[in-house]
Parts: sequence; C-alpha cells; structure tokens
Amino acid sequence: MTEQKFDAIVIGAGMSGNAAAYTMASQGLKVLQLERGEYPGSKNVQGAIMYADMLEKIIPNFRDDAPLERHLVEQRFWIMDDTSHTGVHYRSEDFNEVKPNRYTIIRTQFDKWFSRKVREAGATVLCETTVTELVRDTKGKVIGVCTDRAGGVVFADVIVLAEGVNGLLGTRAGLRESPKPETVALAVKEMHFLPEEVIEQRFGLKADEGCVIEAAGTISRSMAGLAFLYTNKESVSLGIGCLVSAFTSTMESPYVLLDAFRNHPSIRPLIEGSEVKEYAAHLIPEGGYKAIPQLFGDGWVVVGDAAQLNNAVHREGSNLAMTSGRIAGEAIVQLKSRMDPMTKQNLALYKTMLDESFVVKDLIKYKDMPALLHTNSRNFFMTYPQLMSKAAQNFMRVDGTPKLEKERATIADFIRARSRWGLVSDAVRLAFAWR
Amino acid sequence: MHIVVCIKQVPDSAQIRVHPVTNTIMRQGVPTIINPYDLFALEEALRLRDTHGGEVTVLTMGPPMAEDALRKALTYGADRAVLLTDRFFAGSDTLATSFALSQAIVRVGQAFGTPDIVFTGKQTIDGDTAQVGPGIAKRLDLLQLTYVAKIASVDPLAREIAVERRSEGGTQMLKSRLPCLITMLEGTNEIRRGSLADALRAARSQVVKWSAADAGIEDLTKCGLRGSPTVVKRVFAPPSRAEKAMQIDTTDKTLRDLANELAATILTRQPALEHELTFRDGV
Repeated sequence: MTEQKFDAIVIGAGMSGNAAAYTMASQGLKVLQLERGEYPGSKNVQGAIMYADMLEKIIPNFRDDAPLERHLVEQRFWIMDDTSHTGVHYRSEDFNEVKPNRYTIIRTQFDKWFSRKVREAGATVLCETTVTELVRDTKGKVIGVCTDRAGGVVFADVIVLAEGVNGLLGTRAGLRESPKPETVALAVKEMHFLPEEVIEQRFGLKADEGCVIEAAGTISRSMAGLAFLYTNKESVSLGIGCLVSAFTSTMESPYVLLDAFRNHPSIRPLIEGSEVKEYAAHLIPEGGYKAIPQLFGDGWVVVGDAAQLNNAVHREGSNLAMTSGRIAGEAIVQLKSRMDPMTKQNLALYKTMLDESFVVKDLIKYKDMPALLHTNSRNFFMTYPQLMSKAAQNFMRVDGTPKLEKERATIADFIRARSRWGLVSDAVRLAFAWR
Repeated sequence: MHIVVCIKQVPDSAQIRVHPVTNTIMRQGVPTIINPYDLFALEEALRLRDTHGGEVTVLTMGPPMAEDALRKALTYGADRAVLLTDRFFAGSDTLATSFALSQAIVRVGQAFGTPDIVFTGKQTIDGDTAQVGPGIAKRLDLLQLTYVAKIASVDPLAREIAVERRSEGGTQMLKSRLPCLITMLEGTNEIRRGSLADALRAARSQVVKWSAADAGIEDLTKCGLRGSPTVVKRVFAPPSRAEKAMQIDTTDKTLRDLANELAATILTRQPALEHELTFRDGV
C-alpha cells in the first residue's frame, strides 16, 4: 500500500486535462495526471482544427515545436443536395500571418507533444492507468482516486475530471447524469492519405497553407448534422456527424452517411487516388449551454467535454476544453496560494471565472440553437438545401426561359415547400437563436 | 541477485508497410513497442527477483526515443534502466550491437553489481536473427542457455540454475553454473501489470543514459556502421502471386454435383495429380 499525496490529480490527458495539468504544474503545484490510453492521444479523436489563441494563453511559444499540419487560409461552407453544392468560400492572404490563427492538427501527434510539455512543467503523468473510483471522506468530500493498478488510493486536495465526453467516472460517482442521446452527436471520420503536392494542387495551396470544407444538407438524410473535410500535410480528414438520437430514430448508420459523403460528386475528385489508413468515431457533446452539468463540488471540478463544453454551431470544442482546463487550473492555483481549502464554496471560483470567459458567453449566445436545428432538422437539412440547389441551378441554366419567369418559379418553389408563414417563421427563429 | 535484461525498441511490425514504388520500409508514424519476445525475458527476470531478492536492470541500445521502451520496462517493475545511446552506434548490425551491449553489461556490473544472469528475448521481430544474445554470451564468456522454455530452479548460493530448453525434437533439461545468459522463448509467461507504486516510480525516475565513452567503450571501430560487416544489398517486396482464385457458380446444384464439378475442374488443371491419384488407387 502506497500512500501518495498530490496537490491535484487530473484525470485524462486530452486537451482540457493537459491544459489543467500544465497550468498547475508550471505554477509549482504537485500534479499527478492519469490517462487510460497507452500514450496521451491514443484514445483521443478530433477532426481536427486547433485554435492558436487558446493554446497561446497556455503555451505562448507553442509554434516553436508543436506538431502542426497546416494553417488555414481558406474556409468553405457548402450547402449540399445529392448532386450539387452551393458554397460560400472565404480565402484571405491575411491568414498568412506570422502567428496564424487556426491550424489543422493530428491529435495523436499533438497530444504527445502537449503531454511532453506537461511533464516538462513538472507533472507526473501515468498512462495505461484507469481511474476506477473517486474516494471520499466521511463528509463526502472527494479526497483521492483508486486505479486499476494494485496499490490502493492516491490522495490529492482536488481532483480535476477531464475524462472526456462519456464521463463514466463522474456519472458513476453521481456528480452528473450520463450524456443523453439528444445531447451528443456521433461523428465518424477517416484519414485519406495523399502526397503533399497533390493536396496542394487540388486545393490551390502552397507550403503549409490549409483549406477546410464544412458541409450540411441532404448528406445527413434530414437529420441535423455536419460533414467536414480538413487538409493535413499529407492526408485529408473526412467526416460526418449527427445526433445519436437522430441515428436511433432514423435507423441510419454513420458509415453509410460517410460513404455517401465520400462518393458525392463534389467530394470524390478531391480525394481521388487516396489511401485510407485510419477510421475513428467519437461522441461530441452538442447539448449546448442547457446541457452543462454541475461544474464543481467538494474536492473536484469538471472540465472540457466531460462538462459538455462544446460550441456545436461554430464547431469549436478543443478550445473550450483547453480554456476550461486552464481556468480550472488557475482557480486551483489561486486557492492554493491563499491556502484556501478545496471546498465546494471555494471552487465556485472556477465557475465564476469560466462565466466571464468566451466559453460560457458563446454557449449562452447559442443556447436555443441545438433545439431549433434538431426539432426542425428536416427543413434545415433537407428542404432548404434542395430548394437552394434548385434555385441556383435555375439561375445558372440558360434555356430561353425569360428571367422573370425563372425567378417567379423559384419563389413559388419556396412557398410551396414551406408556405409564406413557414418561411418567415424559420427566418425569425433562426435569427433569434443566432442572436 | 542482479539480473540484466537486454531489450530492444522495435517498430510494431504488424503496422509496418512497404512503399509501393520505392520498396523501402515506411517507418514514419509506425508506433514503437518493446520487442514482444523481450517481455518474456523481463517477466522471468522479475519473477526471479521477487523469489530470490535482488535487482533487475534493463538495458537497451538505441536512439534517444528508446527511453520510452525503458520507461515502460520500469512501469512493469524493473528497478533500473540504462540507455546506451550515441551517434557512434548508428547503423550497428548484430556483431556491433553485441559488442556494444557486452561492454555496457561490464560497465553495469562495475556500477551496480556483477550480474548473475543476463536475459534476452529469443530474437527481435524486426531483425529476426537471434544472434545478439549468443553474441553477448560469447564476448562475455558466459554460459549460454538459448530457447529456454522454463526455469526449473535457481540456487543463488550454490550458483546453479536448471532450465528446460526447447530443441529440435524435444525438450532438454539443462543445468548450468551462474553467471549465464538466457534467451527466453515466447509463451513462457505473461508480462505483469505493474503496481501503482511501480508506475509512479517509473514516471519519476531518471533513465541512466550512457554514451560510448560512459560505457567504457574505447574501440569505436567495432561500433556502428564501421563495426558492421553486414551489408543490406537490396530491399524488395515479394511479387504477389500470379494465380487468382476461381469462382464456381453454386446456384441450383446439389452437393454431389458440386463435388464432382470441383474435382473435374481441379483435375483438368492438374493432369499430373490425376495420374498420381489413379496410380495410387491402382496400388
């Protein structure tokens, strides 16, 4: 029996866990981080786009040695029907700056790097170690953890739960409910390997420039969902995700959607001749603000995906994870420096600090969006994309029909599909949810 | 007892691919593991230590990243890890490797106590030569017990060991004096899951890093590429076989018809076989 005492134990070595562990260890706290995977990143799945600003606040000079794939200079939003896409593209030379804003990354490599930084900051990192139980004292305060290794309890003043979206440990300990099918999306992705120069040629990129396509429409078969294509250095990540509850009610399979997306005439030529080397699937918290559980308690805080902190509208997850991890770490460092005990009352500081950050503010902004998109998914992901494609094609096709008649036909299509009242109400509800 | 276990960090050969155009091995992004055969040696060493007391030192030669393999060995419960790393070692074949390792084992003996047993795995999964273990034994003048399936008994006081050795056509029961070198056969045991204390110790402890000079190696001409007479003349992917599987339509046919058709198809393609079978039936 080993009796070990740490200032803090961080459970999980993903974005939020690493951010928390790094923040605390670099401020001199005695930190133990436990990760069930073989190495940090081995269990972690993301698209993935990494936002520089949030990482800079943790490791300012990360660009020196972090494994980054491409910095993004072009973003394409596509509305798709079965044979076409209507798109808005934004590309700017301004994104070729000294300190670019967004990068594509490969998590297995990135997380290894991040974990090395955590260890260099002084934290003890144990992999292949699963926390099986939170240990409480007689008053219910969390005081340590048990693992699947022989040797008893490890004690700490505070436990940072960064265990990811499933949050098995926290739900088992009764700290929060397990995620519901309506609040998590299931996303699947595959990595298509292509030579660097082929990627650069197909997307019009040079050197480390990258391009992102995000697409919605009939591709998700009337479910609320989003498909993506991200360019890495020598590979292209392709994926699609929809709510778990939508998959169960429609009986659709994620891989069927991914197959269809991959074979879509707008996507197929972009990945022609590639070799698929990796498949992955992951749950993404999409419940938004209303799904955020209790974030702190006696001797514990919860961060990242485990706390459902994910902005589905802007497809931002890892930066909310990093930021919540950093803020939790800073709150704990503050309490520690004042010699304050890690009680529920004191740890409320984490929530207060998080509320002031973009994390909670953004989630409040979009608090009604998940409900709107999911309850009206057929309109937003089937009817409108089809109407839009038809309208665009009607506009492009030259066939001797007078232009005025064409426009009338398009308007008639919209009204037939959604009625005047329906169109107005969709627009108003969307505007309100966005506001 | 002091036991030294030589391990090697190898690319996970299950995940290695050959480049379709250049025919070179694509090592990039292939995860590395401890050579699986070495884990049987390590577990056996740990068991002997648990029974008879003493220490287990794991030793490897490799690039700085081989530290990961050593740290993992510490997590399993090894007491000490030594990494022999130097650019002079780059490009070593089995001759140069066994030279460097044997010198390092002498140095380990001076620093931490003379080893009673040196363990290696049967062979590595990347080279598959099974030469390094015997090479070390020869250079250190150790009695060598190769392909050991079981350690029957060890008597540290009488300095004797009895083992079962798998050989062609049977199992040999061998008795030997200590010190000796053992290459351990696969499937002889199962590597343990280290305790939390072992894992914590592994995460915190420093891996001892030795350069050629630190290991007391003076003759650098015996190291690395210079000390390696082995030459890789060519690497190639074996051509895929020309024969293709043939499909027989099975719809609307009884099993008997199918069997007859199958036999007829095979025999028309292999006339020699028909002749052979007829001849044998005749006898």
